Amino acid sequence: MKLISAIIKPFKLDDVREALSEIGVQGITATEVKGFGRQKGHTELYRGAEYVVDFLPKVKVEIAVAADLTDRVVEAITKAAQTGKIGDGKIFVFDLEQSIRIRTGETGVDAL
Amino acid sequence: MDAVKELAYAMDTFYFLVSGVLVMWMAAGFAMLEAGMVRAKNTAEILIKNVSLFAIACIMYMLVGYSIMYGSSDSSIIPNFGFLFGPDNAKDAVLAGGDDAPYYSVMSDFFFQVVFVATAMSIVSGAVAERMKLWSFLAFAVVMTGFIYPIQGYWKWGGGFLDQLGFQDFAGSGVVHMCGAAAALAAVIVLGARKGKYNADGSVNAIPGANMPLATLGTFILWMGWFGFNGGSELKLSDIGEANAVAAIFVNTNMAAAGGVIAAMITARLLFGKTDLTMALNGALAGLVAITAEPLAPTPILATFVGAIGGVIVVFSILGLDKLKLDDPVGAISVHGIVGMWGLIAVTFSNADATIVAQLTGLVTIFAWTFLVSLVVWFALKAIMGVRVTEEEEYNGVDLSECGLEAYPEFTSTK
Repeated sequence: MKLISAIIKPFKLDDVREALSEIGVQGITATEVKGFGRQKGHTELYRGAEYVVDFLPKVKVEIAVAADLTDRVVEAITKAAQTGKIGDGKIFVFDLEQSIRIRTGETGVDAL
Repeated sequence: MDAVKELAYAMDTFYFLVSGVLVMWMAAGFAMLEAGMVRAKNTAEILIKNVSLFAIACIMYMLVGYSIMYGSSDSSIIPNFGFLFGPDNAKDAVLAGGDDAPYYSVMSDFFFQVVFVATAMSIVSGAVAERMKLWSFLAFAVVMTGFIYPIQGYWKWGGGFLDQLGFQDFAGSGVVHMCGAAAALAAVIVLGARKGKYNADGSVNAIPGANMPLATLGTFILWMGWFGFNGGSELKLSDIGEANAVAAIFVNTNMAAAGGVIAAMITARLLFGKTDLTMALNGALAGLVAITAEPLAPTPILATFVGAIGGVIVVFSILGLDKLKLDDPVGAISVHGIVGMWGLIAVTFSNADATIVAQLTGLVTIFAWTFLVSLVVWFALKAIMGVRVTEEEEYNGVDLSECGLEAYPEFTSTK
């Protein structure tokens, strides 16, 4: 099993969710996060004084899948979340040791 | 004929009371504007300040203020220091007719005047936001609403020496707004800037307000209340001439606010490259303050112009005060003080009775009196009880240190 964690632009969340549904992903977890990468921050203006917003709002999407689905998930997210402009985000893939469905106690791939 | 007189008395009294209610509602406007322009961690404290200053203003004005401001005195400088107010008008006096006959209830006059005091005091609360000790502020409110405001009010509206000099201030660009701003300026000087507002090299750090919808709502409430503030100050509605005058005041008040918004928006856009919302809101209030000294005589076009100049002035004034490191989170000193001065001068454009000498005399007198006495009171309060919260309390927010609660509590547990 793999845990795929993708940092994306917030307005791309719906597109990513749809793309993942199409390839059979059963569930995802989305979190509002803030961070910076090469895009850095941007400046805002309040009563004539500029200030820098260092951490930009992003959405982190986490998906746990069977290992053989990993490439398709990564491809779907990449395609759906891409704008070609700076700040599109990143995808990280982790090995996932175990998963348990709390309701039934099922484990492993059955629990996904 | 008597029935008509009685009806007119009832109508003018009713008009006075409804106007007073509109001005009372301005307290809600100030509360929302200020709550929107401070950070979330200082919201509850600014709200309790607004509601408690209103209550203090009402009680102090009842006890001494009203008598000082409108009581008869032998001197044109030293008012009558008495308590409470006399009996209301008798039927015979009203029906007697003539110029001296009362045409509205004494109590309605008190009610209308008392909400003006609260307006002047509200101006101070925004300027000292986010760093002042609550009870020091309330102690100042007692002195301001009981003595400082009524004494200068006596000089003009009570028939004192400024009135005799020909100083014109219809609804209080000077007596109410500049007076409040002068006290606010003294407070800001004694208090100092919020931590982190200014850098050592003089550059300004933005401290954005938490809630722009509230700030906008507050501005609209103030705009609405201002129809009572200026319209009620005509004091009479019950004949054709007076009804026309009241209508003209409503129109001019509205036009000045509109002019102020547009002018401040354009000024901010040209200066910053962005259309600054809070400057547009301050522009509306600047237009209203500017027209308050003479909302009757100008044509609607002139009123729009007077408001628009106010809107330009307020943007430059806010930037200028920041250059001087005078930290006013909501722009109260600029809106009510600097633009109030402009309003007093603009009276001479349309009011033939106004002279520039009399206007400047009134301006300097009211400003100097309020500023200097306030400065002494603030320094005294600083020595006696301190005026500023500690650095740590300021960092955590005065909601926690002064009120013990958060305006928007999260992660609370009911266990």
